[in-house]
Amino acid sequence: MSPWTFFLEHRAEIFGATLDHLELVLIAMAIAILIGVPLGMLIVHRQALRTVALGVASVLQTIPSLALFGFLIPIPFIGGIGKRTAIVALALYALLPILRNTYVGLTGIDPAVLESAEAMGMTRAQILFRVRFPLALAVILAGVRTATIITIGVATIAAAIGAGGLGTFIFRGVALVNDALILAGAIPAALLAILADFLLGLLERRLRVS
Amino acid sequence: MNSKTILFPENTVEFRDVSYSIPAGADREIVSGITLKVAHGETVVLLGRSGGGKTTLLKLINGILLPSLGEILVQRRSTTEWDPIRLRRSIGYVIQEAGLFPHFTVAENVGLVPTLEKWPSARVVARVEEMLHLVGLNPQEFAKRRPRELSGGQRQRVGVARALAADPPILLMDEPFGALDPVTRAELQREFRALAHRLGKTIVFVTHDLREALLLASRIILLEAGRLVASGSPAEFLGIDHPEVRAFAASLTVAPGAPA
Repeated sequence: MSPWTFFLEHRAEIFGATLDHLELVLIAMAIAILIGVPLGMLIVHRQALRTVALGVASVLQTIPSLALFGFLIPIPFIGGIGKRTAIVALALYALLPILRNTYVGLTGIDPAVLESAEAMGMTRAQILFRVRFPLALAVILAGVRTATIITIGVATIAAAIGAGGLGTFIFRGVALVNDALILAGAIPAALLAILADFLLGLLERRLRVS
Repeated sequence: MNSKTILFPENTVEFRDVSYSIPAGADREIVSGITLKVAHGETVVLLGRSGGGKTTLLKLINGILLPSLGEILVQRRSTTEWDPIRLRRSIGYVIQEAGLFPHFTVAENVGLVPTLEKWPSARVVARVEEMLHLVGLNPQEFAKRRPRELSGGQRQRVGVARALAADPPILLMDEPFGALDPVTRAELQREFRALAHRLGKTIVFVTHDLREALLLASRIILLEAGRLVASGSPAEFLGIDHPEVRAFAASLTVAPGAPA
């Protein structure tokens, strides 16, 4: 059977799996942003915490994704088979690019701007929220964009622990040596990544202040 | 709030045997043994070569840096006793390239300190208009623009307007006109001199340009390697017998055909 006829015949299932995939990615990204951005703001003036946070996030990134999914399964509350474990693992993966870009964005501000902010009597919190954060937004968003693309790809592996999504087709296709099945998972995943890259890229350009 | 911080009619800045060295580093003194009084309404120009400690002196006045030795009094109160935020909000500050916030409009930049001081918004708007007029910018034309849509000279004008917005008694200026082309610079210097006379602010102005110092100062203070080496009115200054004064005087005269 050609991949094309397979696509047409199974379009409802593929569409459903794409939605499941999107759900995993969106929830994981929301968690990673809610942790990564505030943590990035917190480490601007805290050297010790910065070393620990960036170190831990970097180490997490080096763990092979399949292994990370596996490690989480036996952990109570966040572990087990299914979506929850997958979302936790994906969020941990997405954390580093978001955290690092938030930190880099907040600290990479023109020194003259920070100097005058301080000299005008802005408090440290005012400088963080009214000067650093708005000026760092484009860089933070670039981190979110990178993380989203990584997460869309890694989420295909989440099917290995029963989380569903487009990976289901890929794993089945590999097991059955069926290219059409593999493509039914791989092509929508690739399209999702391209679309996310494009849309977040647009947003990023709009937020850039030069 | 703002008027409460300015209780003293006599707005002086006074350095009492002040030294500053980089903390935790080697004991390199950036400035040493500085004693200096700036009277109300005076425009004191700190003149010196790059790295001579001029900017450090400014940062000691608004408490960005605290002295290693001695003390600095602003309105008769030591900078170590001031709440740093209150101190800085009663001192206007203008730097080279203006340091405007690129994500703010001109109006938001100028209105920043009044807004931080929680002025009612109608009063902030009126004040911003007044300040833009003061520095020769038409509010209708410029209020909504962003700094990147301005020329260098216009940015510097906005920088001056922003520094004056909360009506601070003291104004610190760190080579504010240094990055401008010579024609614009001369224009702004002339206008600023007139403005300074009219407003009666106490001004400490940093430059390495003797010509600028002679034009704007009521008193010129010469710094060399962190020490105060000469002091005098523009009329007296060139007559002072000191090698560094002569070095600066020599920079005024360029032989024909020599590179500028």
